[in-house]
Amino acid sequence: MGKGILGKKLGMTQVFDEEGEAVPVTVIQADSNVVTMIRTEDSDGYNAVQLGFEEIPEHKLSRPERGHFEKAGVAPRKYLREFRSEDDAWDDVQPGDEVGPDVFSPGDRVKVSGISRGKGFAGSIKRHGFSRGPMSHGSRYHRGPGSHGASAFPARVFPGRKLPGRMGGKKTTVEGLEVVRIDAERGLLLVKGGVPGPKGGILSIQSDE
Amino acid sequence: MVDYVRMIEEEQMKEDIPEFGPGDQIRVDVRVIEGGRERTQQFEGIVLKRQGSGLNEHFTVRKVSYGVGIERTFPVHSPRVENIEVLRRGKVRRAKLYYLRKRRGKAARIKEKR
Repeated sequence: MGKGILGKKLGMTQVFDEEGEAVPVTVIQADSNVVTMIRTEDSDGYNAVQLGFEEIPEHKLSRPERGHFEKAGVAPRKYLREFRSEDDAWDDVQPGDEVGPDVFSPGDRVKVSGISRGKGFAGSIKRHGFSRGPMSHGSRYHRGPGSHGASAFPARVFPGRKLPGRMGGKKTTVEGLEVVRIDAERGLLLVKGGVPGPKGGILSIQSDE
Repeated sequence: MVDYVRMIEEEQMKEDIPEFGPGDQIRVDVRVIEGGRERTQQFEGIVLKRQGSGLNEHFTVRKVSYGVGIERTFPVHSPRVENIEVLRRGKVRRAKLYYLRKRRGKAARIKEKR
């Protein structure tokens, strides 16, 4: 399964590769990831590594949280996430270890998950890609969802019918993104293409095989 | 907070770009890769426009070759653009010289700036 880390989306730009081709990239800040806990088959029933991201002052924590970080011997973090470790990718880490973007190398494929931007209550065109009706020539059907189904039989709307509703603000994963560059000094990770969520959004980056 | 996106952009930007704008006659040295071989090609013409800002700035050069108008757009900061040489400064009154597309010969002349 390989490794995963947490990061923060900083924004998009472009970089020129060796051929001089402009590559669109998302800049992700992924430093100060710290191992807070190791879950093992014996104690928890599964193998995973818990990572903390983004330092925060200690007074923002509750007492149980403080104890959790003290046990690992690390400074408090705002976000905690677990990454499954079924293979031996994470074998060499201990609680308290720092991990950064250098767990990946340029050319690797990764999948990036984050909370997509909330679009509010969206119609079926935006939300499900429906087509619209003619806007003029006497048409009175413009952006509606169309028919919900037949009439007397089945006399109900089938579950799963695509209708308007809340869109976005959900966990979304983009797979197969290429790692373009790693800047270990500044803790930055550059991946080709876009990732979910607004600038400042929290992302989890996992290797994608 | 440090703006890392901006830093990455600024690191890639060239500093030795001559001042040029719409109406100027320029010669661009472009690196082209042809069948595994690399060579420099020149493109000479009049700057139609500059658009975009920062790392993403582009410029369009127009020339008339064998009676056919050719326009090429280059990123200002691309490593493939090796050199830009300003041959003649043009005196123009607008930022985008799209009107040149409709003109040919004498009508497409641009006065030199002194």
